[in-house]
Amino acid sequence: MPLLEIKNLSVAFQTAGGMFTAVDKVSLNIDPGEIVSVVGESGSGKSVAMLALMGLLPWTAKVTADVLKFDGKDLTTISKKNLRSIIGKEMAMIFQEPMTSLNPCFTVGFQLSEALKIHFGMKRNERRERAIELLDQVGIPEPQKRLSAFPHQLSGGMNQRVMIAMAISCNPRLLIADEPTTALDVTIQAQILELLLKLQQEKQMSLVLITHDMGVVAETAERVVVQYAGQQVEKQNIKGLFTEPHHPYTAALLDSLPERAKTKKLPSILGVVPGQFDKPKGCLFAPRCKYATSLCTSTPPEPAGTDMGRALCHYPLKDGKPTNYPEQEEVA
Amino acid sequence: MGRDNVVLEAKDLKRHYAIHRGAFRQPAILKALDGATFKLERSKTLAVVGESGCGKSTLARLVTLIEEPTAGELKIQGVDIITAEEQAKRALHKKVQIIFQDPYGSLNPRQKIGMCLEEPLLVNTDMNKEQRAEKARNMLDLVGLRPEHYDRYPHMFSGGQRQRIAVARALMLNPEILVLDEPVSALDVSIQAQILNLLADLQEQFNLAYLFISHDLSVVKHIADDVMVMYLGRPIEFGSRDNIFDTPHHPYTRALLSATPVADPFREKERIMLRGELPSPIAPPPGCTFHPRCPDMTEICKGEAPGITDLDGCEVACYHPKTY
Repeated sequence: MPLLEIKNLSVAFQTAGGMFTAVDKVSLNIDPGEIVSVVGESGSGKSVAMLALMGLLPWTAKVTADVLKFDGKDLTTISKKNLRSIIGKEMAMIFQEPMTSLNPCFTVGFQLSEALKIHFGMKRNERRERAIELLDQVGIPEPQKRLSAFPHQLSGGMNQRVMIAMAISCNPRLLIADEPTTALDVTIQAQILELLLKLQQEKQMSLVLITHDMGVVAETAERVVVQYAGQQVEKQNIKGLFTEPHHPYTAALLDSLPERAKTKKLPSILGVVPGQFDKPKGCLFAPRCKYATSLCTSTPPEPAGTDMGRALCHYPLKDGKPTNYPEQEEVA
Repeated sequence: MGRDNVVLEAKDLKRHYAIHRGAFRQPAILKALDGATFKLERSKTLAVVGESGCGKSTLARLVTLIEEPTAGELKIQGVDIITAEEQAKRALHKKVQIIFQDPYGSLNPRQKIGMCLEEPLLVNTDMNKEQRAEKARNMLDLVGLRPEHYDRYPHMFSGGQRQRIAVARALMLNPEILVLDEPVSALDVSIQAQILNLLADLQEQFNLAYLFISHDLSVVKHIADDVMVMYLGRPIEFGSRDNIFDTPHHPYTRALLSATPVADPFREKERIMLRGELPSPIAPPPGCTFHPRCPDMTEICKGEAPGITDLDGCEVACYHPKTY
C-alpha cells in the first residue's frame, strides 16, 4: 500500500481575473522509503500541490481531489483535529528560504521544541535534550550553544539544517523538501543533500524533493515527475528520464541544459510558460513545441501508457522521434 | 594574442571596508577583495566563480567603476583609472557596463522601457530625441524584443524579457566590456538558454569582452574562455576553461567541481565533502584562508599565505596543488 496516494488533485485560486488553475489533475503515489522528485520551472505548480497536501494554502485556494490518502487515511474527510496530528508529525515539510521560514523573534531551540511539545507533550528538559540530539543529527556543531541562538545569528546553511531538524523532530514518515538547497552555495548544497539522503536512509522516510535543478534530480531521486504549467507531463524513473525522455518538454528541457550542450548555441525552448490569460486550448505546451500539429492546438492530450512515461502528449517521443506522428499534417 | 586585445587589466586589486563597531573600538577591516590580478581581452569571456562572500560582486563593482579600489591598479584600455582625470574617467564609464542578477529589481517600475533605454544616451551623448528613439528601437530588435515594447512598463514583462531589456540598456552606449553579475541565475532553465544564446550572439557581433560572474559551474563551462576561482576575496586558481574543468589543481576548485550536481544519473560520483562553512571575512584564518576546510591541509598552510605558482598554464595559490 502506498504511503501517500494522490489522485487528480487540482488547486484553483480565486483571483480578480477569475479562477486560475495552478495545479491541474496531479496524481502521485509514494511508497514507504522512496525518493520521488518533482521537477518543473517556476509556475509549474510543483510547490502549490505539496502545500495543498499540507493544508498550508490560503482560503482563496480551492483544493479538489478524487483521492487524497495518507497511510490509508482520507485527508479530505478526516476531522481537523486528526489532520493536525498528522501534519507536522507524520508529514513534514522543509521550505526553500531558510532565512525567511524561521521566525526571527524566537530562538532556534524554542522553535525546534514547539512541535515536540504539541505532538508528544514532552517536558521542558526532555524537549531540550531532544532538541540537542536533533541539532547534533543534522550536523550543527556545539548544539547546546546554538539552542539559544536566533536565526539571524546563523548562516543560511545552518538555518536550513535547523529547518531540517524541525521537520524530522517527530520522526515523520514523509518528508517534503521544497527546493531545500536553492538559496545555498554549491558546497553547502552538497552537504545538505547528503544530509537529507542520510536521514532518509536511517529513518526509512519517504522523501519528496521539489526542485528545478536537473542536476540535483539526477544525483538524488529514484523516480521523477516532470510538471509543466500545473500539469504532470511525464513520470519516469531517473535513468529512463535522462536517456529517453518521452515528452517533448522534458526532451527540450534536457537539451537546453548548458552541460549537455554539444554546440556553443544552446537549443532553447522558445517563448514562455503560459499564464492565466493565455492558456492554450489544447496541449499547454503546444505553443512552444516543435512537433505541435493542429490536433495539439485544439485538443488536450491524454496521458500515454506507463511504457511511455505517462507522457501527456499526442505524439510521445520514442528514440527522440514522435510516435503516431501524421505524415502530411501541416505543422502548426 | 596581441596586447591590443587587452581591454582591461587589473593588478593586485584590493577593496577593503571599515566596519564600525562602536565609538570606542577600532573599526574592523573587511577585506572584500584582497588582491586580484587578471586581464580581459576583446571577444573573450572571463568567468569568476566562487561562493557567496568570496568577493566576486565587489570585483564587479570595482570594474564598473561604481566603487574605487583601496589599492592596486586598474587599467581600462590602457588608462589607469586611479590617476585618470575626471573627464577621461567619465569616458571610461561608458566603456564598461553591467547587467545585474535580478531583472525584477534592476528596472525602474515607473519608467517605460523606451525611456529606460534612452536615459544613458540622454546623459552621455548629445543625440536628439528622434535619434535616441531610433537607437532604442534598434536595440530592442537586436535583443529579440518587439518594437511595441518600447511604450511598456517593466511589470508587463517576464523575467527573461526583463533580462533582455537589461542587456539592451547595457549596450546603448556601445561598451567594450560587459560585466555580467549572475545574469541567468534568477531565470528558469528554458529561459536561461535563450539569454545565454543572446549573450553569445552579441559578443560575436560587437567583440565584447565579458566578465561573467557566476556560481553555476555548468553555465561557466559553457560560456567561458578563462576561469578565475575565488575564495574569501582572493583568486586561488586561474586558467583556461579546459584547464580548470579537466585538471583542477587547487583543492577548493576540485571540491567546488565535485559538489556541483551533474544532470547525468549514470555518472560515478566522487564527492569531496567540505567541512564547515565560509569563515568570516572580518577575521579570515591565518595563512591559506582555505586551510580550515581543506582536506589536504598540513602545518605549512597555517603559517603564511601561499604565493601564486604556475602549473601547466594554471595559476594556483596552494602549497599542495594536485598534479596530473
